[in-house]
Amino acid sequence: MRKVAIVGTGHTPFTFAAEKSSVELFSEAAMDAINESHLKSKDVQAMYVGNVLGDFSEGQAMVQSYCADDIGAFHIPSTRFEGACASSSLAIRDAFIWVASGFYDIVLAGGVETAAKMGTPLATRTFAMAHDSHYEYPIGLTFPGFFAMLAHLYCSKYSVPLEKLKEQMALVSVQSHRYGVHNAFAQFHKEIAVEDVLKGFMVCSPLQLLDCCPFSDGAAAVILTSEEKAKELTDKPVYIIGIGQSSSGKLSAQKDYAPRIRAREVSVKQAYDMAGIKPEDVDLCELHDCFSIASIISAESLGFAEFGKGGELWQKGETKIGGTIPINISGGLKSKGHPIGATGASQVFEIVHQMRGHVEPERQVEGVNIGLTDTLGGDGVLCNMVLQKGW
Amino acid sequence: MDYKLTFKEFNKALKRGKLLGLKCRDCGKFTCPPKMACQECGSTNLDIAELNGSGKVVTFTVSYVPSEGREAEAPYTIVMVELDEGPWLMGNLTDIDPNKVTMDVIDRSVKLGLRSKVLPGDTYSIGGKEAEGGFARPTFVFA
Ligand SMILES: [Zn+2]
Repeated sequence: MRKVAIVGTGHTPFTFAAEKSSVELFSEAAMDAINESHLKSKDVQAMYVGNVLGDFSEGQAMVQSYCADDIGAFHIPSTRFEGACASSSLAIRDAFIWVASGFYDIVLAGGVETAAKMGTPLATRTFAMAHDSHYEYPIGLTFPGFFAMLAHLYCSKYSVPLEKLKEQMALVSVQSHRYGVHNAFAQFHKEIAVEDVLKGFMVCSPLQLLDCCPFSDGAAAVILTSEEKAKELTDKPVYIIGIGQSSSGKLSAQKDYAPRIRAREVSVKQAYDMAGIKPEDVDLCELHDCFSIASIISAESLGFAEFGKGGELWQKGETKIGGTIPINISGGLKSKGHPIGATGASQVFEIVHQMRGHVEPERQVEGVNIGLTDTLGGDGVLCNMVLQKGW
Repeated sequence: MDYKLTFKEFNKALKRGKLLGLKCRDCGKFTCPPKMACQECGSTNLDIAELNGSGKVVTFTVSYVPSEGREAEAPYTIVMVELDEGPWLMGNLTDIDPNKVTMDVIDRSVKLGLRSKVLPGDTYSIGGKEAEGGFARPTFVFA
């Protein structure tokens, strides 16, 4: 297997309802990635595009093919990846495998979503399609409902008083907004306080408005190449040194592990083992904070805290710049935004830019050598990647 | 390989207040809702079994922001119930005002009500014959 590097990146602003189409958004991110790589569109041998709900938000299926044509990468194989909120992580993971195998040398991977365009009722409906449509959606399960149930289960399983968990969850959102203020691509540029979170309207008990990430529009893309090609194209390659992916059944089928998402533990172990690292070797983590409780649950399964104690990381400031494990210094899904098909690529973008020292000075983490991404699609498509600075 | 207990059969029975699942001939454990393979050991050596519909609440939420087309339902209570036979089954809890539901419902004993609520389905879900007449929603009351 060959070493694979990320050589170029692209990222549109993440926004409320976009005035551009999915094809336009993805093409902008894709061309930025191609230009940063000192390549031409015709050099791209294949494209892997995460997109979940284009069929509903724009009446546009098969967006990947139009994107390839749009940027002038005529007639290349272009494939859509659908893994709900983990879609573009799956796209990048597969791109890695194809380049590592030697089949391709240059692949463009990323994702795009225009979820905000749909408005809250339709977005809530279509997001809920990533739950079991026959056995759990009819009961009224929605995305916040899923994580709300995990939050209550977390309290009872780990004997954490709900009030204490709510305070910890609020701190997760507060930190995300604090850093998101400084991220030029973020949907929200607004600091919030714990009191703001605790007085927001109830979405699904115990999750209030500011425990939830927004619906967002945007795109992100990266160029992956073989090590040999990367050396010709950039003096700052970022290597993907570990990958993991895993899947789950509906919530009721996760009874032996919930509120843990077992698939995350399986996925991240693959990534850690392949990279030959341990959780304590990670210098920066972008994890899937679609809801405040989701961050706490994720941090535990990624190995940064004991089960039942993840919230203490935020309470003690360990997740800030300078802490033991800086988490979501981009602002995370909560403040940066969560255009679901683009989120994984956005995480990779963030880590590459942190390593290259290219983010805003107010949120630059110094000395990032190893970075970890974590995306969770629906109730259990997991994908993790370990990135390493290559210079 | 034929599916032993399809959604269509499960759904039809649930509408009549009967909860069906699968019992594994290899490990003796129950799977509900039904699947191709045993939830516990992956075996496809399964028999259809009737479950008693009783259990205890393991978690819950009260949902105030519904999906498109379901605005009239909110607020409503969703519970995850650990059935006496072992599996978890998601359902609605109907004999308590959603605004009064607290952490105290966890561990409460519940049983399936006499009639399950039914979701008619919408543009995206009503096409299939498997869901003719709508989707039965396990509907729990305090035991
Ligand atoms: Zn079995």
